[in-house]
Amino acid sequence: MSESTAIAPENRTVIGITFGNSNSSIAFTVDDKAEVIANEDGDRQIPTILSYVDGDEYYGQQAKAFLVRNPKNSVAYFRDFLGQEFKSIDPTHNHASAHPQDVDGVVSFTLKDKDDKKDEEGEVVEEVPASTLSVHEVATRYLRRLVGSASDYLGKKVTSAVITVPTNFNDKQKAALVAAANAAGIEVLQLISEPVAAVLAYDARPESELQDKIVVVADLGGTRSDVAVVASRGGMYTVLATAHDYEFHGVALDKILMDHFAKEFLKRNSSATDPRENARSLAKLRLEAEATKKALSIGANASFSVESLSDGIDFASTVNRLRYETIARSVLEGFNRLVESVVKKAGLDVLDIDEVVLSGGTSHTPRIAQNLSNIFPESTRILAPSTLATAINPSELQARGAALQASLIQEYDAADIDQSTHAAVTTVSHITNAIGVVSLNEAGEEVFVPIVHPETAVPARRTVHVAAPKEGGDVLVKVVEGNTHIKVTKPEPKVKEEVSKSAKVEDADDEDEEDSDFSDDEEQEEEEKREKLWKIGNTLAEAAIHGVKKGGKVEVTINVNADLSVIVTTREVGAKGGVRGQL
Amino acid sequence: MATTVFPLPLPALPEGWAAEKDFKPIGKLTAATSRTLEPIGPHFLAHARRARHKRTFSEDDRIQAQERAKKVEDDNDSEISEPEDPMMLQREAKDWKSQDHYKVLGLSKYRWKATEEQIKKAHRKKVLKHHPDKKAAAGRADDDNFFKCIQKATEVLLDPTKRRQFDSVDEEADVEPPTKKQLQKGNFYKLWGAVFKSEGRFSKVHPVPSFGDDKSTKEDVENFYNFWYNFDSWRTFEYLDEDVPDDNENRDQKRHTERKNANARKKRKVEDNARLRKLLDDCSAGDERIKRFRQEANAAKNKKRLEREAAEKKAAEEAKAAKEAAEKAAKEAEEKAKQDREASKKAKEAAKTAVKKNKRVLRGSVKDANYFVEGDASAATIDAVLGDVELIQGKIDADEIADLAGKLNGLKVADEIKGVWKAEVERLVGAGKIKEGDIKALSA
Repeated sequence: MSESTAIAPENRTVIGITFGNSNSSIAFTVDDKAEVIANEDGDRQIPTILSYVDGDEYYGQQAKAFLVRNPKNSVAYFRDFLGQEFKSIDPTHNHASAHPQDVDGVVSFTLKDKDDKKDEEGEVVEEVPASTLSVHEVATRYLRRLVGSASDYLGKKVTSAVITVPTNFNDKQKAALVAAANAAGIEVLQLISEPVAAVLAYDARPESELQDKIVVVADLGGTRSDVAVVASRGGMYTVLATAHDYEFHGVALDKILMDHFAKEFLKRNSSATDPRENARSLAKLRLEAEATKKALSIGANASFSVESLSDGIDFASTVNRLRYETIARSVLEGFNRLVESVVKKAGLDVLDIDEVVLSGGTSHTPRIAQNLSNIFPESTRILAPSTLATAINPSELQARGAALQASLIQEYDAADIDQSTHAAVTTVSHITNAIGVVSLNEAGEEVFVPIVHPETAVPARRTVHVAAPKEGGDVLVKVVEGNTHIKVTKPEPKVKEEVSKSAKVEDADDEDEEDSDFSDDEEQEEEEKREKLWKIGNTLAEAAIHGVKKGGKVEVTINVNADLSVIVTTREVGAKGGVRGQL
Repeated sequence: MATTVFPLPLPALPEGWAAEKDFKPIGKLTAATSRTLEPIGPHFLAHARRARHKRTFSEDDRIQAQERAKKVEDDNDSEISEPEDPMMLQREAKDWKSQDHYKVLGLSKYRWKATEEQIKKAHRKKVLKHHPDKKAAAGRADDDNFFKCIQKATEVLLDPTKRRQFDSVDEEADVEPPTKKQLQKGNFYKLWGAVFKSEGRFSKVHPVPSFGDDKSTKEDVENFYNFWYNFDSWRTFEYLDEDVPDDNENRDQKRHTERKNANARKKRKVEDNARLRKLLDDCSAGDERIKRFRQEANAAKNKKRLEREAAEKKAAEEAKAAKEAAEKAAKEAEEKAKQDREASKKAKEAAKTAVKKNKRVLRGSVKDANYFVEGDASAATIDAVLGDVELIQGKIDADEIADLAGKLNGLKVADEIKGVWKAEVERLVGAGKIKEGDIKALSA
């Protein structure tokens, strides 16, 4: 991207980087498969923390451990400060580490990153004053370590990377990130948005089929939750709506466990000081609460033990998952509301959503996935470890997506990448209504068969095969626009049985959008029944296919050009020629 | 994208439906919304490729397929398609030291640039063609001379050490420095660039800076020459060694040869370094850029000097002007002072004469009043009156004298004159300048 660091494509060694506010990951691709790299500590999620002890720099898990003993010289949660002015940053999470300061409007930290000069006996001869580092410098140092780990792992110097950013990163923040990476000696091939990186990680699996779908990506992180609705049309992604939340996140869950155990500690040791009132005890509490939370995502029980928590008293306790989910209910439900609000913001209904991708460390929590599966219909696939055995580790999704993208574009020149990601190429028309043909259902009613889904970027080309009438003969291919509406059926016990049967048939047409088990369940629960139905809109064209064989099929290809003109090509499957027309 | 199959049947064609070519366009598409695609994923790259080259789906598919197909062909062929020199095929394998290994393998256009992969492929291709068994099949038994050449060439080129030794003396890869005649045509940068590119193959340090062209910056050019004047070469001359006899009989002979070889290598290395240095000297002597940079530097220096001189001159002129102005001012001040002095002198003299004149009036007035007595005044009276007048004159200043003289001037009547004097005496007594008793004649 930046001219100064452009590297010839053949000399590149590329990785994908997820530079998170809480944790970061690095990934590379081998044989078209993305792998997340474990750093020298063996971590695949590397805490975004730098710590200086006696002039030595520590990062990741080691630095995190120093939050207890050396909070003043440790800096954490700084990613979101990049490219921001001091007045617009939220320093809440930096309370337990180095505090951000305002140096001429630039967010900076004061850290003692050089050791005092000492004589042979270790006596301090001369004190080296703490240095003031801008967040830019901190990010550069951190990225340098991150990339250093990747280089060590790969055995080659990493030259270039694709880095993921939240969708709400503005140009200034992006520029700051690129500058920080360049300063760390990394050519940034591209910045890609986090939710789409997560979708790409799933879609790039060899077993996944290319299909038109609407995906909700819930990226639940440590200090923020970002949810995006992404339309995936023929493998091209368009973000339809996003929401960013700074209330419901992993740290909020940690806080609940911290409070829980602090209260329990006080109950057992009534004379002891509240561990939440002492910075060091609080740090210990926080570290252990996070570990307990992670353990609860895997097992049904987790222990919590801290030596010398407060007043020198050791504390050990356990908590089971049910208890945890009860006390964390308010936060867990917040995630639900957040996801629902974004779907609404996109002008869609939960029934329109085909997939929910859970990404980010907090997504390991089983309850979140379960809650989401309750608000979405059963046909919606919730891609989370607790609901799907084949799900990818949510913490690794973005890094994998970035690594895949990096491997895709590593052969391109920097200028080529720039041109391809230019607004002239990325800004395209998306059709508002679906385009399809009219078929008959069993009752002989006209139903809509979608071929090109709404929000498909043009130019687009789709081909479907539609059955001809059983007896063959001449058929009419009527190309129409269509859109969906949500039909709500009030439960009227037993009487409506017939009606819902026919409705069920209709939604079976709907690309198996809902299956009938779902509606049965709904009915048993005596809840109102909601279903997505296609409505036939404007007729675009009609075409005739003559003499279709018995049991034959008709192929319909719809080609929507960039200028929104439509070319319809239709013929009997296996036959030559066919009808072609433009409108 | 897999084609989706829908089981629900299409409607049958209604009776009487007819259209030209069986197609009836009816409506237009509803207006679309403009949105931003995320530039991520293989399908977006395909989209970008189509958009940038303005291709349709089918065109793009075709071009992509062609590109893929061409690639395969490239891999098969291209590299080793050089015609074989019949003289080369006659070579004896025992003369391997003098053979051009790259040419034997058909890689003469790649030479030191040939990758290991290319060498292996070339070797395989040559083996397939020249294997002795194939010759035998063609009725020429025991014809394995060129095959041995091929084996030797591969042995040398696939061993990095041996390959370097051969590359060091591979004259075919050298590019001769351009002659003056060639340079006159003006291809300076291209010709010398090729020379240094070829010499650069011996560099231990990479990347080797490029020679650049007319537009190279001063920094680049300096960098280039610094690099080359401090060139770190891996070039060795072992390849030209005389064979060391490997029989154990004559150790001295062996050592002698080894020593000779070592000396020869050293000598060649020194010669090579000298050659490179001369090359550089020749090149830099003709390099217009260096001259230009020097001129520019000189111009910059001169500019500084000229500026400094101009500044000095200006300063001197200013100093001179200031000095002159100061002198002028001083002179003027002096003249003015002189005039002032003279004026004040004149004024003083005028005042003195006025006082004298006034005093005469005073004295005249008492004389006019006949010293305030009837008839001839006695000498004592005159003395007393004049003494009083003197006394008063001494007590009052010039202005008062003038004032008094003004009052007395023109008076002829003794009483009036006396009145004036009396008034004066009274005033003076009132002012405390004279005691009453001092004045006798005038106050009487």
